[in-house]
Amino acid sequence: MRPMKAIRQRYEIRFSGSGGQGLITAAVIFAEAAGVYDGKFVCQTQSYGPEARGGRSKAEVVLSDSPIDYPKALNLDLLLAMNQVACDAYFFDLNASGLLIVDSTLVEQYPTSRIIPIPFTGIARDELGREMVANMIALGAVGHLCHRVTLENLEKALLNRVPKGTEKLNQEAFRRGVEEAEKCNLQDLPRSILTETDEV
Amino acid sequence: MISDLENKRLLLQGNEAVAYGALAAGCRFFAGYPITPATEISELLAAELPKVGGTFAQMEDEIASMGAIIGASLAGVKSMTATSGPGFSLMQENLGYACVAEVPCVIVNVMRGGPSTGLPTCPSQGDVQMARWGTHGDHPIIVLATSSVEDSFSITVKAFNLSEQFRVPVIILSDEVVAHTRECVQLPELKRIRIVDRIRPSVPPDWYKPYEGDNRGVPHMAAFGDGYRHHVTGLIHDEHGFPTQKENEVLHFQNRLTQKITRGFPEIMMTRNFMLEDAEVAVIAYGSVARSAYKAVEDARKQGTKAGLLQLITLFPFCRSQVTPVLEQCRAVLVPEMNMGQISREVQRVNQGKSIVVKHNRIDGNFITPQELYTQLVKL
Repeated sequence: MRPMKAIRQRYEIRFSGSGGQGLITAAVIFAEAAGVYDGKFVCQTQSYGPEARGGRSKAEVVLSDSPIDYPKALNLDLLLAMNQVACDAYFFDLNASGLLIVDSTLVEQYPTSRIIPIPFTGIARDELGREMVANMIALGAVGHLCHRVTLENLEKALLNRVPKGTEKLNQEAFRRGVEEAEKCNLQDLPRSILTETDEV
Repeated sequence: MISDLENKRLLLQGNEAVAYGALAAGCRFFAGYPITPATEISELLAAELPKVGGTFAQMEDEIASMGAIIGASLAGVKSMTATSGPGFSLMQENLGYACVAEVPCVIVNVMRGGPSTGLPTCPSQGDVQMARWGTHGDHPIIVLATSSVEDSFSITVKAFNLSEQFRVPVIILSDEVVAHTRECVQLPELKRIRIVDRIRPSVPPDWYKPYEGDNRGVPHMAAFGDGYRHHVTGLIHDEHGFPTQKENEVLHFQNRLTQKITRGFPEIMMTRNFMLEDAEVAVIAYGSVARSAYKAVEDARKQGTKAGLLQLITLFPFCRSQVTPVLEQCRAVLVPEMNMGQISREVQRVNQGKSIVVKHNRIDGNFITPQELYTQLVKL
């Protein structure tokens, strides 16, 4: 017996990829928007290796309307995978109706058809000229697709957190992400990450 | 500045909350050496202390850091240092000095996987017994454990208060999960926070006996430079602060050192209860693991198991008076820890056959999940 989605208060998001992709920054901005500006209960955690670049990196945000006991994700509602390794490693933590968003520049093999592929790194490199802002494009897409945070507040939190002088670039990247996400229709996706035979 | 943050909703890390707690409690001196996962405390205080007229010093190592905060405290300034396991090992010698010279100070140990340099980015609770017995000799000490961002703020304030009140070093044990989790908190109004300061001597300088306990057993403390000339030593000393080997004086000193803490038990020992009233099985947990335990207890209740939780905030002196009733009431008690069983030892010591004590230990660098505890709980 799985609880109905409407009464599932806890909402869990994981931003994953490799160290240096800015996933922790994205998660912190998300948590700040949902927690400080939207007034929800949030817990933001992360885990990473001892190295500064490379290695596996993941950052999580748990949202709830009531105080959060266990601070880490248990059963993901949304997984952002910014490379193939992260996608393969964390896909199985998604719940059956969870949503997988991948960076299609770096993820080539999709584990499910319930997936939103957006070429975050490609857009950042080719259109915005800085590969570094792929995380902000992804943040825009996650913000739009999860329906758990006000986009205005997310943008406000973003402008507060990014280094001075880079606001415009990051804002542009963020809006580009929202734009890309608007093109995706969640209704067209399969309802579950399980294969269709399982669902019948 | 901290006064600008009152009543504001903030997204803070556990480490940042510790730093703000220290500022709120009146800490005006910090000496430390950076180490993962405690560095954020130094970073924030390096930026904030000068704004409130305080001093931040990055020392050459943790031995010197501990020495510096003892010096600052003797000069009358509330002081703190923060480190993780490897640095905490280095602090033990000077920590003993702070115990015997009765110098109030706060040491934050953000625990990471050990021994040695171990697992720098992974959580652990491996330093619990070390916090109690790390420095040699029988010594009084207070060890507190924090489990959330909100806790990190209020427990740091409490740590400073206890330290000043009893003239004893207080150790705050945090861990990688608490330290790096960001949560929304609202800092309380600064003037509503209860702050305790050490009692300064009221007698004329000629009458001052620096190590004569008052009725609580705590000597009044003059700062260097106040005009109260006195001697501070790591040797066992008489009431005037000079070394002694006379049996009666040594005995009196040792007893006073222990008894000042024993008399303060009601104020020092802090716990939290969750669904314990009618519990038949209970979890005794502390630090970040207590958060997993809250969820596990809730889930077990839904399934029909009468479970409860006793969260320890004060680890040492061990909360015997709160743990004993739980052991008497419950048929079994689960003690989950991210070590091989350091508090479960204390629970077993207090237990004396009253209940069944079951350990649950995890030492692979991962955080204990609610599911693990739930599975254990419903089996009890």
